[in-house]
Amino acid sequence: MPKVTVDGQEIEVPAGATVLQACEMAGKEIPRFCYHERLSIAGNCRMCLVEVKPGPPKPQASCALPATDGQEIRTDSPMVKKAREGVMEFLLINHPLDCPICDQGGECDLQDQAVAYGRGGSRYHENKRAVTEKYMGPLIKTIMTRCIHCTRCVRFSEEIAGVDEIGALYRGEDMQITTYLEQAAAHELSANVIDLCPVGALTSRPYAFEARPWELKKTLSIDVSDAVGANITLHSKGREVMRALPRVNDDVNEEWLSDKGRYQVDGLTKRRLDRVWVRREGKLQPAEWTEAFGMIASALEGDKASIAAVAGDLLDAETMFAAKALVNACGSNLTEARQTGMTYDVSNLAAVNFNSTFAGIETADAILIVGSNVRWEAALLNVRLRKAVKAGAKVYIIGPEWDPTYPATFLGSDLKLLNRIPKELGDVMKNAQRPAVILGAAALAKGALPAALKLVDKFNLVREGWNGFNVLHISAARMASLMLGFTLPGGMGDIAAASPKVLLSLGADEMDYAPYAGSLKVYIGHHGDKGAHHADIILPGASYAEKDGTYVNTEGRVQFAEKAVFAPGDAREDWTILRALADALGVTVGFDSFGELQAKMIAAVPAFGEEGLADYGALPKADSGAKFEGELAGYPIKDFYLTNPIARASEVMQRCSDELLHGAEVKEAAE
Amino acid sequence: MLADKDRIFTNLYGFQDWSLKAAQKRGDWDNTKALLARGQDAIIEEIKASGLRGRGGAGFPTGLKWSFMPKESRDGRPSFLVINADESEPGSCKDREIIRHDPHKLVEGALVAGYAMRARAAYIYIRGEYIREAETLQKAISEAYDAGLIGKNACGSGYDFDVFMHRGAGAYICGEETAMIESLEGKKGQPRLKPPFPAGAGLYGCPTTVNNVESIAVAPTILRRGASWFSSFGRENNKGTKLFQISGHVEKPCVVEEAMSIPFEELIEKHCGGIRGGWDNLLAVIPGGSSVPLVPAAQIRSAPMDFDGLKELGSGLGTAAVIVMDKSTDIVRAISRLSYFYKHESCGQCTPCREGTGWMWRMMERLRTGDAAVEEIDMLQEVTKQVEGHTICALGDAAAWPIQGLIRHFRPELERRIAEHNAKFAEAAE
Repeated sequence: MPKVTVDGQEIEVPAGATVLQACEMAGKEIPRFCYHERLSIAGNCRMCLVEVKPGPPKPQASCALPATDGQEIRTDSPMVKKAREGVMEFLLINHPLDCPICDQGGECDLQDQAVAYGRGGSRYHENKRAVTEKYMGPLIKTIMTRCIHCTRCVRFSEEIAGVDEIGALYRGEDMQITTYLEQAAAHELSANVIDLCPVGALTSRPYAFEARPWELKKTLSIDVSDAVGANITLHSKGREVMRALPRVNDDVNEEWLSDKGRYQVDGLTKRRLDRVWVRREGKLQPAEWTEAFGMIASALEGDKASIAAVAGDLLDAETMFAAKALVNACGSNLTEARQTGMTYDVSNLAAVNFNSTFAGIETADAILIVGSNVRWEAALLNVRLRKAVKAGAKVYIIGPEWDPTYPATFLGSDLKLLNRIPKELGDVMKNAQRPAVILGAAALAKGALPAALKLVDKFNLVREGWNGFNVLHISAARMASLMLGFTLPGGMGDIAAASPKVLLSLGADEMDYAPYAGSLKVYIGHHGDKGAHHADIILPGASYAEKDGTYVNTEGRVQFAEKAVFAPGDAREDWTILRALADALGVTVGFDSFGELQAKMIAAVPAFGEEGLADYGALPKADSGAKFEGELAGYPIKDFYLTNPIARASEVMQRCSDELLHGAEVKEAAE
Repeated sequence: MLADKDRIFTNLYGFQDWSLKAAQKRGDWDNTKALLARGQDAIIEEIKASGLRGRGGAGFPTGLKWSFMPKESRDGRPSFLVINADESEPGSCKDREIIRHDPHKLVEGALVAGYAMRARAAYIYIRGEYIREAETLQKAISEAYDAGLIGKNACGSGYDFDVFMHRGAGAYICGEETAMIESLEGKKGQPRLKPPFPAGAGLYGCPTTVNNVESIAVAPTILRRGASWFSSFGRENNKGTKLFQISGHVEKPCVVEEAMSIPFEELIEKHCGGIRGGWDNLLAVIPGGSSVPLVPAAQIRSAPMDFDGLKELGSGLGTAAVIVMDKSTDIVRAISRLSYFYKHESCGQCTPCREGTGWMWRMMERLRTGDAAVEEIDMLQEVTKQVEGHTICALGDAAAWPIQGLIRHFRPELERRIAEHNAKFAEAAE
């Protein structure tokens, strides 16, 4: 552990730390633009210059200089002050003075640091440089004249996303950052470069000129676009969510967010269900709450127990608990959350959990992915897998081919080949210190879970301090629904077989409604999507942004999201609808407030009481007779940008889908 | 004056053939096996003892540089020698003469130096504009391969050594050693951060030494004639012979091999036929290629042409590309043109150089016509100080020094132009 002196203060820093890190540990602020903790060191902005002895008699870039024993570092000397002023002046001479119309205003590193480290006025009287706009797709707006060439975006694309999309052209003061041939950046994480950009060169296209950061109310929330549970902040103005930004959580999303989680929020104001509808003579017509409740109650007359509930993919645990309480109070046990019809065994939740954790999978050295297009099903997990591969891990994939952005071997899409492990795979897994298996939704749908559990012993996946058996879900509600027992042994088939008189669809938009032609279908949800089209009664509910709620991600990590805005029109928070319905049906559910509901839920499943990883115990013994069967024809996600009702309602996501996946021409010019 | 027998580059002017046979007649490839048989450490010691300093401009002791290379590979990584033939410094034209007239000196030097530093191969990065030179060099390499001098079991020594030629694409910055490595790897030519130094992690992450063509080409001769012979030329700490390239306002511009520390006046009188219009007509000299500050006539005349002598004058030997300017020169325009060159060649990676070179050039252009305020001279000086020493590589320094030299020595000229220009406008306004 080297000892260094920072401005006269002696501190000990970890081996391998840089001078910049040492200064930060000593509580000194070092201005920087190109340096970013999660990217490689470029050392090109020259803003972090400090004086270091021993060394040459000139200021040193602290971000790139290793801290060594006995260094004397000064961050407050006249030389450092002058150096910073000089670099800041250079950065500003060609930077346009357009802060008043720049979307980065108020959250701009250059603005902040110019105030802190710049000189008062400009001495530059020549013409400023102008750079032509670059097209980077529907999400990233470019004003490249503002670019300060820190290359954070370039490094993000190369290192984190793993695609060579962004690079620099030309040299000297003519250097320009652009995408290759000005194609749209098509990666699922592309919009993170907007957060990384320290100036207003790359800004959010959908959010352009919408709001100033100081006008926005920030609410801590959880992303529901996939089962990763990325930590986000919802920025709202009045009743509208203006944007979603990632929050730092090293265990879950580090500081990234998928483009879907970030940009589906404009769907929150479109195609909303904001009043009660009932179907009269085959047509949905506006109605009152009491009328709708009356229809449900009369449908259940005489046979209250003929009620079933199906949960959608975006639900919080509280809504599901309230629905279960209602169904149970009616005397029924027909609740199911795996709306696409999966029937895997849920008696032991460790068997359907991502046990390695996201942070842990980075340390795996051999990974077998069975039936998952990780890039689309959990883009942020793919970043972790990429890190593991960079550290030397080998990856094998069973399923149709996709581009993982790292070297991986596709073994084929026939699950049966896992009944006799291919030699290459077997050798790699056997020699691995931390082998891992990731079972995806496509494999779960083929009933591969029991056979996959046999791999635990075969590959010795569980060892001291390591559990390499992982199931990757794609629905944000999945783990919470499993913890609540919102399932039936036969899955959706059991509900169809019971042909209930009333089917409560809680935002279930991916299920097949055909078997329920004879049921009164009540849709409680927030978007006019597939479920609403089939519904006989629509009760308008709240989206994830409009209610408090608990979510559990695919690792079994319990996380709490807060309400950012109010639901539109007559829409109510889902639990209140279910509570009112209980009164209409004349049953007692045992809670009158959200607090009581939560307390009751925590009493039933204590793991919900604490944020963090839930403990599911040990993996079950595998059934030795289980066999892999079937061929993986495809993956459940056909269109990354349109996986849930919010995203499907979002204009931005539709445009991304058109342009990035289906190659539609940009129509803007024609209009 | 250097005696003919003491010249290393005996075919510098191409009076004889460059091919292998002719080169062997001149003594190249003469029992190279015996040179290699002395052993790696002995070779490095000999080069150290000769006092050879890098001929690319920085003047770092060559033997010492070679000794930084790992003695054995602990992790299986090979070592590489990269030879810098990207001679792009304005005024510099010595490597070109070596390559087109005496390429076997370079190829043999590559083997000897590569062997001494335990390198697996040498990459010769040649300037893209040197088309004929590249053809000659490639032919020379092929000749050496065919004769078994390099390749497997080079010269029968049992050592395997490859030589590859790589052509640049016309970027001055690729002459910087780490930018050259980037370029060789197929990337955009931008200097890397140091540390790690190339000797630790260079080409493809392997230990690498980057040397100038001249430094490598003189090595076999030094080994053959001994370190004491080489160090008998020049002053202490500035030993050996050196190729001087004199251009500009002399009677006969030339490239000539001379002993280090030769006084400027002697160099010009003996080899260049004197200054055009006589010594009184001399205005200033840029003694080491475009990136060193100029030296006014009065100071340069008796100065010894070596690293330390010119450093004392606030300039440097650089590549010994002596640019002589007589009184017909528009000195401000000359320096402004150099500023344009650096603005054009800045790689754009780091801030002070990317933004500063353009700013400096634009101010120089205004100073050229006098369209400026007197205070702006001080501001320009300050801007050059803000660039110098704040950048990743030395291009920032190189861009700043010529302007600093101009301001130091020709400030009255700058002020005169400003006064003249302002007077003209004052008249017009009346």
